[in-house]
Amino acid sequence: MLYREAGQFKTTYEKDSAIFPILQDRIGIAVILAIAVIGVPATRNDFIINAVMTPFLIFTLAAIGLNILTGYTGLLSLGTGAFMGVGAYACYKLTSIFPSVNIIVWVIASGFFAAAVGVLFGLPSLRIKGFYLAIATLAAQFFLEWCFIRIPWLYNYNVSGAIEVPQRELFGVIITGPRATAETRYYIVLAIVVAMTWLASNLVHGRIGRMWMAVRDMDIAAELMGIRLLPTKLLAFAVSSFYCGVSGALMVFLWYGGAEASVFNINQSFTILFMIIIGGLGSMVGSFMGAALIFILPIALRFVPEWLGLPLQSSTVEHVTFMVVGVLIIVILIAEPAGMARLWQVGKQKLRVWPFPY
Amino acid sequence: MHLLYMILIDPFVQMASAPDLLVQTLWEGLVSGMLYALIALGFVLIFKASGVFNFAQGIMVVFAALTLVGIYEAGVPAFIALALAIAVMFLLAFVVERGVLRPLVGQPDIILFMATFGITYFLIGFGELVFGGDPKVMITEPLYLPKGAITYHAFGGMVQLQKLDIAAAIIASLMVAGLAVFFSKTRIGRALRAVADSHEAALSVGISLEQIWVIVWFAAGLVALVTGVFWGARSDVSFALEVIALKALPVLILGGFTSIPGAIVGGLIIGLGEKIVEFYWGPLVGSGTDAWFAYVIALVFLLFRPQGLFGERIIERV
Repeated sequence: MLYREAGQFKTTYEKDSAIFPILQDRIGIAVILAIAVIGVPATRNDFIINAVMTPFLIFTLAAIGLNILTGYTGLLSLGTGAFMGVGAYACYKLTSIFPSVNIIVWVIASGFFAAAVGVLFGLPSLRIKGFYLAIATLAAQFFLEWCFIRIPWLYNYNVSGAIEVPQRELFGVIITGPRATAETRYYIVLAIVVAMTWLASNLVHGRIGRMWMAVRDMDIAAELMGIRLLPTKLLAFAVSSFYCGVSGALMVFLWYGGAEASVFNINQSFTILFMIIIGGLGSMVGSFMGAALIFILPIALRFVPEWLGLPLQSSTVEHVTFMVVGVLIIVILIAEPAGMARLWQVGKQKLRVWPFPY
Repeated sequence: MHLLYMILIDPFVQMASAPDLLVQTLWEGLVSGMLYALIALGFVLIFKASGVFNFAQGIMVVFAALTLVGIYEAGVPAFIALALAIAVMFLLAFVVERGVLRPLVGQPDIILFMATFGITYFLIGFGELVFGGDPKVMITEPLYLPKGAITYHAFGGMVQLQKLDIAAAIIASLMVAGLAVFFSKTRIGRALRAVADSHEAALSVGISLEQIWVIVWFAAGLVALVTGVFWGARSDVSFALEVIALKALPVLILGGFTSIPGAIVGGLIIGLGEKIVEFYWGPLVGSGTDAWFAYVIALVFLLFRPQGLFGERIIERV
């Protein structure tokens, strides 16, 4: 009823090719942004802000990064965790060497380090694809993880082998380290994630994104049309790793406050991969939905027995959560293999023609 | 110059001066390579017959071993526990086919791959819920698996061979030989190969895909059980083995996704390579190289021969 585009005429090409061509969509986005900016901090609930929303946004950023590579360019990667680690360690080294420079600059700059490493490990993608490429990226995952442990220079020769986030300020407000408030960190993560989502959205809707998608749909055909495969694939690796790197830096600096190499292990890579497949390959909304489902669902499940008043041990709850997530993955794949983004699309279409579907 | 010496000459000097250590390292490499090969074998069986890249194979190994130990600890005699564990693996194959593969038939590979992640998660949760999360000790004596080691005085020193490893090698060879005979001589084996060649053609001559899938997953489950027994006997049975199971992936690359001999040769190459490198070159870079060396071999290998040693040539048409 409300979601209807009748009467909204598009009189220019710009309007027709806009990302949100329908007024209701634009209103919806504005409402979601308003909730994110005003509503979430207004809860004044540190658990919601610090343990749910901030990591959700960080995971979303990594999911967008992997989606660019896997969803838009069709290159399956299992090295996401390691690329996030490159970002985190690069940011840590940069801010220890140049402590006076603004930390946000280094968070963004660390993305470039991750991008360079990503390009290096993306080189085999010209010759191999599919599962073979996935295993090649596993080489990146295990090799980089080994570097994080075995190269003491990366963690400033700490005895613990972990990186500790130093305290940094932005315009006189403490934003990293243990003394930063949850709200400040949340706002910074939100700002970066919104800006980078906007950037990614423009990227995939433009010429570069179309090149990526052409390569994904059939690389030989794309090559015949004059798309140079190696630069295109490497660019996808670079942009994807950039996003993952920034997300890794954010994860350590604005969420964990310190990390060891094991944070960036293979399970992290798999988690991000779950997010984009459940959310929807090749979809920005899907990255958000997948991150929400995979990250927030286990947290929510942990509270279910309490609500029901079941006296379960925490380890039992953990195991049941594993089982439920496993079954949910299969159920969602059976119900809609194209992911939750497709469900969202179908739902919108139904709303648009409701109540007369024919 | 010193560095070059350390990399290029010193390891070989060490090998020549202590041949017993070299033989011992080679043996260790062969044994771990064999275990990788067994896991890879499970992957290959399923990939050949259904085109599913079964990520859950590593977990199936752990799950099978856990089931065996769990049932035994509940007070069941060892061989009945073994039979029950086999029955559980069959049940698993059946449930997977009914619950996961059948509804997802015809979906893109990545979706099926993803579904095996779901199976992985479910098995981890289920296994820990039922059998507990603590590492368990694999039963060896009730299954009449030999213990202890044979010590040879040769090569100017001594070489120790664990009897268990020898038993594992013999049983693994028997199993592979059995599978080879099964594939080439029996009716079901031929049907399996037909399905591997082309699903449609197999369907058109009246082969039931569903039945074949159950059989294949069951066969992979049996391989997993054997792997789990020997692996569990070498270390503990726990879900930490999962990461080691990922080592089977470079083995697959080396051998090719569809080749059983490839899985075995690839496994042995990877096992040998990583043990030798870790023992002789590892100390130069602070050891721990076996975490990634297998993947790097695979990566380099892929650049020259993307289809693997024994894999079928990939032909693409526009």
